[in-house]
Amino acid sequence: MNNTSLLISILVIAAITAALRFIPFAVFSANRKTPNIILYLGRYLPYSIMAMLVVYCLKSVNLLAAPFGLPELIGVFIVVVLHFLKRNTLLSIAGGTICYMLLIQFVF
Amino acid sequence: MNKKFLKTVFIKTLPVMTGYIALGIGFGILFNSHGYGLLWSVLMAALVYAGSMQYVAINLISGGASLITIALTTLLVNARHLFYGISMIGKYKDAGKKKPYLIFALTDETYSLLCSDFYPENADKGKYQLAVSLANHLYWITGCALGSLIGSAIPFNTAGIDFCMTALFVTIFIEQWLSTKKHLPAVIGLASAVICLLIFGADAFLIPTMTLISVSLILLKRFIKEAENE
Repeated sequence: MNNTSLLISILVIAAITAALRFIPFAVFSANRKTPNIILYLGRYLPYSIMAMLVVYCLKSVNLLAAPFGLPELIGVFIVVVLHFLKRNTLLSIAGGTICYMLLIQFVF
Repeated sequence: MNKKFLKTVFIKTLPVMTGYIALGIGFGILFNSHGYGLLWSVLMAALVYAGSMQYVAINLISGGASLITIALTTLLVNARHLFYGISMIGKYKDAGKKKPYLIFALTDETYSLLCSDFYPENADKGKYQLAVSLANHLYWITGCALGSLIGSAIPFNTAGIDFCMTALFVTIFIEQWLSTKKHLPAVIGLASAVICLLIFGADAFLIPTMTLISVSLILLKRFIKEAENE
């Protein structure tokens, strides 16, 4: 992506992110009621979206050719195990990423 | 602002500082490894200031996604901010001139620090909100800048560093999973993404997935709500 498109992309992301933060203050005053369907989606959308983002990160993994997604599987497994053992986000991320980097650079 | 006030703000924001600097460094290194240097990292950190979305943005940008895809993805990935806003309307009511910045800087972590009713005693509420928001924003910019510098100064083999984004989302997914008994929304997200990935392929499945998720959540509202009452 060239510099102009990159700048436009960043501005679009920034504008939409800011708009999402500002809209509630503009639309719903302290006294007016928020529509139920909005409250409902707001409550449960984050769970679905996070699952989607995990799939998004792994979208290019090819299960039909060597190494059959093994580095990713092992990496995710390490993150999950570390996270259940220690519940420390930074440790889980660092542990999983370092193992994954070692795997794809030296093993597979 | 006196010393005691700054000390209170520093102590309260310390956990966010650790997290933001580490995640920011990850972002900076990653963005740098895709060929975008310090200026871009700092610009993104200052203007976008949204952790997960910035990581997703690296993929979208380096994959040459269309502006429509970028816009819709931002909309859905950051939709949760709508709801932080809704619950902060009362708290930011009297913020006056500080209000626009407070709203702009309302990230997940800042929200988690300011949504509770436990504000330090003897401190002006608005001043405290502003100081916490600004401190967190600065930690994030510092982290992203540091990462970019580290990435360009230390020429190590960065192959596989992208995995830190996968790892971040997996940990958030686990935290969310453990925080609730209602797993249907997470399962809907996972199933929709896998189905749409198989049908539409890796380059075009985000928008269909988000549509399928929203429709499924609305259609299955009754079941999700029922689980809530158990």
